[in-house]
Amino acid sequence: MNQEAEKPRVGVYICGCGLNIAGVVDVKEVAEYAATLPDVAVARSYVYMCSEPGQALIRNDIHDMKINRVVVGSCSPHMHEPTYRRLVEEEGLNRYIFEMANLREQVSWCHAHHHREATEKAKDLIRMAVAKARLLQPLEKREVEVEARGLVVGGGVAGLRAALDIAERGFQACVVERSPFIGGRATQLNRVILTDQDALDVVGPLIDQAEENRNVTIYTNSELEEVGGYIGNFEASITQKPRYVSPKCTACGKCAEVCPVEVPDQFNIGLTKRKAIYMPYRGAIPPIYAVDDAACTRCGECVKVCEPNAIDLSGKPHDIKVRAGTIIVASGFDPLLPDGLYGFGRYGNVITQFQLERMLSKTYPAGEDVYNPFADESPKNVVFILCAGSRNEERPYCSRICCTVALKNAKLIKETSPESRVSIAYRDVRVFGKRQEEYYEEARRTGIALFRYLSERPPLVEGESPDGRLSVSIDDPTLGREVKISADLVVLAEPMLARADSAELAAKLGISRTADNFFREAHPKLRPLDTPTDGVFLAGVAQGPKDIAESIIQGSGAAARATIPISKGRVEIEPIIAQVDVDLCGGCKICESLCEYGAISVEEDEAGKMRAKVTEAACKGCGVCGAACPTKAITMLHFTNDQVMAQVRAALREEVAR
Amino acid sequence: MSEFSPRIVGFLCNWCSYAGADLAGLSRLEYPTNIRIIRVMCSGRVDPAFIIEAFKEGADGVLVAGCHLPSDCHYIAGNFKANRRVALLKRVLEQFGIDPERLRIEWVSASEGQKFAMVVTKMVEDLKKLGPSPIRPGGGDGV
Repeated sequence: MNQEAEKPRVGVYICGCGLNIAGVVDVKEVAEYAATLPDVAVARSYVYMCSEPGQALIRNDIHDMKINRVVVGSCSPHMHEPTYRRLVEEEGLNRYIFEMANLREQVSWCHAHHHREATEKAKDLIRMAVAKARLLQPLEKREVEVEARGLVVGGGVAGLRAALDIAERGFQACVVERSPFIGGRATQLNRVILTDQDALDVVGPLIDQAEENRNVTIYTNSELEEVGGYIGNFEASITQKPRYVSPKCTACGKCAEVCPVEVPDQFNIGLTKRKAIYMPYRGAIPPIYAVDDAACTRCGECVKVCEPNAIDLSGKPHDIKVRAGTIIVASGFDPLLPDGLYGFGRYGNVITQFQLERMLSKTYPAGEDVYNPFADESPKNVVFILCAGSRNEERPYCSRICCTVALKNAKLIKETSPESRVSIAYRDVRVFGKRQEEYYEEARRTGIALFRYLSERPPLVEGESPDGRLSVSIDDPTLGREVKISADLVVLAEPMLARADSAELAAKLGISRTADNFFREAHPKLRPLDTPTDGVFLAGVAQGPKDIAESIIQGSGAAARATIPISKGRVEIEPIIAQVDVDLCGGCKICESLCEYGAISVEEDEAGKMRAKVTEAACKGCGVCGAACPTKAITMLHFTNDQVMAQVRAALREEVAR
Repeated sequence: MSEFSPRIVGFLCNWCSYAGADLAGLSRLEYPTNIRIIRVMCSGRVDPAFIIEAFKEGADGVLVAGCHLPSDCHYIAGNFKANRRVALLKRVLEQFGIDPERLRIEWVSASEGQKFAMVVTKMVEDLKKLGPSPIRPGGGDGV
């Protein structure tokens, strides 16, 4: 149907929303007023416009009165615009000939005590909506084909779960993992909360399955350099750094024995040292040693002792291109190293909880020169301090898992060594979710002591010498006095941080971050797995602090979302984009320089003139280019200059005339 | 003569500020009825010509509201562009005898209903002190 050529016939529908709107705004008066506006063929009010009978009013008018533009004055478009767009489409009209006036959230609910003014404002908003509706144009649906592959950024539990789910649905999954080994942070943990199982027993099978699944391609030691394209057709450029060790490696470990280079082992959060050729723990996947490029001196000692001849130090980085229909970001987190806090960095026996996880883990190295107070089973005096570096001005967020993790570790220490004295200094004990309250009770029954502190009077940690006994003073408001504890070890429950390069990754993917630097979801309640960028989804701690179970849930959830367009094979994209009138374009390139998506570029046309050209599928429709175009050659569909100008005039003119 | 009631045109970005205005309503926060909101996808869509048109048509004030600087913008950096344009336009407006205070840019997130209500309330108060726009019939900053 060519609505373009037809003279606009606007139908206006004013919703009372029960009494939500009608209790403040005189909806009948607004409808009567709307009927007097130019091109309005019919105006009605009804108690619930979104109800079946309400929708029937609109449907009937489209047929009987040949309405070709529809204006509904009701709730926010964020609420029911999709409903009415669907309705007009079902009745054979283009969904973009619909316009909404927000009479509830932005009138009746915020002006509840000013009935007259609210009614006048409602009339103005309707006049503005009609002014725009008269100029609305049908927009063509846009569809693109979808590459049947999901790209997963990050090979931790969330990313691997997501990749496996994609793969098990019969599609390709490609995992880009920065480190030479997969499994992520979970492989560093000792035991997991609630079940107290060994972390490697929990995540091991997941890692193995991902490694073995034929539909999953894993690029370890790889960086995501650039992402181009758009939903359905992303193109990722990946650089895989050389591992210098081939799969012929038998993981015998002789190379590491002879390697003369020692560097701090980040797998053990800097507590120990490792060689330049290394494997973070026995049984890491893939079971192939890797050379730390930055540390290796190329001395060649490792090459000499390698029996299967697996080491070649002449490897070069290589570029990989991956096409993907959708992307899942599961890039994880970094634990905070709270330098200066509670003597961390000054006293060797003030450690973080992540460091404690390593010390308690069976994959933590043993040895004379390795600091581990748990190497022997003698009773210890341990104090945990919760919220160490979180819920403060710098990091106002709660890291969510640290309370339960601290309870778990306190419980494990007590169970292994009942003579140990374990205290927890807390601000609030935030145990949440299934079985966590019970777990808290279990932990308490092992005989740990809990002391409360207030954020304005944090505990004081004092030591006599860098490794000597510590004294922890806690000003407990419940006891109403200060408690002084002598401690062998102080454990700081530090928060999880967004990755240091999360801003860079956000820029590569065209997604944004919340104030805490974790990636922003499209809607905190309704679209928690999506990002505002179509086709890019979130999983795991990259989106915000969560435990393993939640990361797995989100990995599966993101995979389910990411495979919707892939399984459909085609995806519809919003036609609200920029269009260039080449006759008006002067080729000045201002638009090109402003576009964040590289969606508009100035190219030479057949006549040799420089003209802007929009890559429609890459355009997100923000309108930044349109606002800047000096010759007005750019039309922002659905928010055209004419349409917005008409709204501006309609907002002001009636009153001027009055 | 009744008390002067300023007329404000507000350009609100779809993702943050329009949702923030919705939240103000959802939270039943009351603010003056003076603003007429136009939804745009991004504050970066706001062509200075829209703002000039609003003043030309007699608006006493124009509000541009978008996602917080630096990184909240749904479209990565549209808010920066809006910020620059508004800053420049204020200088231009001043040369035409329009008090730059009449044009405001504010950052209101989807969770800042309270802030949105405060921004409008404050703007109405300030505009009342400034009086009607000189362009408005009967208005007068002496132009």
